[in-house]
Amino acid sequence: MYRYDEFDTDFVSARVEQFTDQVRRRLAGDLDEDQFKPLRLMNGVYLQLHAYMLRVAIPYGTLNGAQMRKLAYVARTYDRGYGHFTTRQNIQFNWPRLKDIPAILEELAKVEMHAIQTSGNCIRNVTADHFSGAAADEILDPRPYAEILRQWSSLHPEFSFLPRKFKIAVTGAPHDRAAVQVHDIGLQAKRDANGNVGFAVFVGGGLGRTPMIARKVRDFLPEEELLAYCEAILRVYNRYGRRDNKYKARIKILVHETGVETLKADIEHAFEEIRHGVLRLPQDEIDRITDYFAAPAFAAGADADALDRATAADPALAAFVERNLQPHKAPGYASVTISLKPIGKAPGDATADQMDAVAALAERYGHDEIRVSHEQNLVLPHVRKADVPAVFEGLKDTGLAEANAGLVTDIIACPGMDFCALATARSIPVAQRISERFGTPDRQRDIGDLKIKISGCINACGHHHVGHIGILGVEKKGEEYYQITLGGSGDENSAIGEIIGRGFSYEEVVDAVETLVDTYIGLRDAPDEDFLAAYRRVGDAPFKEALYGTA
Amino acid sequence: MKALTANRLIDGEVVWLGRSGQWVEMLHSAWGLETPEAEAEAMAIGAQAVTERLLVDPYLIDLRRTEDGIEAVRFRERIRAKGPTTRPDLGKQARRETSAA
Repeated sequence: MYRYDEFDTDFVSARVEQFTDQVRRRLAGDLDEDQFKPLRLMNGVYLQLHAYMLRVAIPYGTLNGAQMRKLAYVARTYDRGYGHFTTRQNIQFNWPRLKDIPAILEELAKVEMHAIQTSGNCIRNVTADHFSGAAADEILDPRPYAEILRQWSSLHPEFSFLPRKFKIAVTGAPHDRAAVQVHDIGLQAKRDANGNVGFAVFVGGGLGRTPMIARKVRDFLPEEELLAYCEAILRVYNRYGRRDNKYKARIKILVHETGVETLKADIEHAFEEIRHGVLRLPQDEIDRITDYFAAPAFAAGADADALDRATAADPALAAFVERNLQPHKAPGYASVTISLKPIGKAPGDATADQMDAVAALAERYGHDEIRVSHEQNLVLPHVRKADVPAVFEGLKDTGLAEANAGLVTDIIACPGMDFCALATARSIPVAQRISERFGTPDRQRDIGDLKIKISGCINACGHHHVGHIGILGVEKKGEEYYQITLGGSGDENSAIGEIIGRGFSYEEVVDAVETLVDTYIGLRDAPDEDFLAAYRRVGDAPFKEALYGTA
Repeated sequence: MKALTANRLIDGEVVWLGRSGQWVEMLHSAWGLETPEAEAEAMAIGAQAVTERLLVDPYLIDLRRTEDGIEAVRFRERIRAKGPTTRPDLGKQARRETSAA
C-alpha cells in the first residue's frame, strides 16, 4: 500500500491545522457562512438535512486494517456508531458536529487519511477497480497511476477553481469494474505488443441530469505522457468549460457542445506544448510509486482442496463462494466481496463493530488489505482459498455474510431524502423494500446477475442511468415519484438506460420492479441469459406491456 | 401557518424559532407564524441569530394542523423534524420527550 512520505505528512497536517483555524474563526464570527462554505467544502464538510456530513477520502478505495479501525473509532466517538460507504469509494459520516470535525481530521491524519478532494470544484479523489492488484483478468495494477494522478492533482494551482467537479477513474483490466466511461476522464491501462504500458483515454462521461458516455480520445497514451495529457485535458476544460450555468459546467457538456473532434484537436494542441516538459513521467518515479503497491508475498499453502471440501459440506458457504468470490491472479487465492447489502438494510452502511470485524479479518486472513467498491461493498482482495471458510464464519458473526454480490439485492442507492439536502425523494427505503421482496436465497439466485441502482434526485449519485434497472426518485405535486429506466450499464459496454414509461408512486415502485423481473424470467432464453442480455435481445416492448398493458 | 427553521451552526442540529423567541429542537415547540407581521418578526430574529453565529441559513416552512398538533407540509421538512424514515433510532424521533411543557 501507499505510505505517506514526509511531504504528504506535512501537507495533511498543515491542512488539518488550517481547517481547525477556519472552524475556530467561523465559530468566533470572523468568517460568515458565505466565506466559510467553500472552505469547509474543500475539506469534505457538507451541511445536510439533519446535521453536518463529513466525507472522508479512501484513495482508489484502498485501506488497511488500522485505517478501518480508525473509521470505526470516528463512528463510535464522534458519530452515531456507523458510517456510509459511497459510490465514490469514500465513507461518509452523517452526524458529526462542526466543532468536533477538527479533532476527527486530526485522528484520521494519524493513519494517513483525510477529507481533501472529496468535494468542491476540484479534481476529486481518483477511483479505481476494487479488485486492482488482485484480479485474474488484470493486465496491470492501475493504482500506482491513480496515486501519481493524486500527487499531481492535490493543490494543483491551475485547477483549484474549475468550472465544476472533475472525476477520474482508472482500471487495469479489460472488464471495466470502475465504470471509467461515465467519468470526466476514464483511463484503461493496457500493454502494447512490446509490453509497454499505456492507456486508452476516455473524456466527457458523466451521469447527473445529462448522462453521457465518454468518448475515446486516445487508444494508447504512453504511460510517461499520462500527466501531460491529463493536464492538457484539464487546461482545455478550464479554459472553455462553461461557468455561466452549473448544470452545464461539466466537461461532458463541453464535449457535447464543441464536438469531440474539435475538442480532441484542442487537447492535442495543448498537449504538444507541454509533452516534453516537467510532466513527462520518469521511469524511476513510476517504479518508485509502483513499489508501494507491490503484491504481498502470496503463499497458497499445500491444502489446495480445502475450500472444495468445505463447500461440499456447507451449502451456505457454497452459495457465498459462488457469488462473493472473484478469481485471483495468484494460485490458491481469491478476492472476497463483503456485501454491505444484508437483506433489508441500508446499502453501504456499516456499524463501527462491523468495521472493526472486517479490519480483524483483513489483518488475519487478507494481508491487511481492504477495498471499498463503487458498488458500496467492501472487498478483501487477497484471501487464501483455504481461509475462505474462516472468513465466511467471521462475516456471519458480524452480519455481513450475505451471498448476494451482483444479485438483485446488491443495490446501489444514494442517501436520498432521508439524509441529503439535495434529494427530492427517498432512496434507501426503496432499496430496502426491493431487497426484502427478492431477498430469499433461492429467488435471488434464480434471477441471477441484475444491477438495480437508485438515485433520490436528478444528480444521480445512485448511478441509476447505468443500472440494468435504474430508479430515479423525483418530487411530483409534493409526493415521491419514481421513474424507471432499463438497459443501462456501467462497464466496458456502457449504456445509458432508457425511460420505460410513466413513473410510479413510492407504494407502487417495488411492485413495478417485480413485474419487470418476472417479465424477464418469463422471456429469458435460458437461466444464464441475464436481465441485461435479455433486455438487449428483446427490447423494451415486453416490459412496457407488462407494466402498462398494450397501447 | 409557517415556522422559521435553520440548522444550528456549532453542531448542525435542526432548530425552529420557538414561541418565546428561543431556538427549539422539537417542531411541536415551534412558533406557528399566522400573519405576515409574525413572519417578518421571525425573519428578523433569524437574521440576528445568524449574525450572532447561532444559525445557518434560516428559512420559512409551511405548517399545517393535525390531530396531534402541527406538522410540516413538505415531506422533506417532516423528515427534518423527525429523522431518517429508515432509522427510527436516529434523529429527533429517537428522543424520549414527546411534548413541550
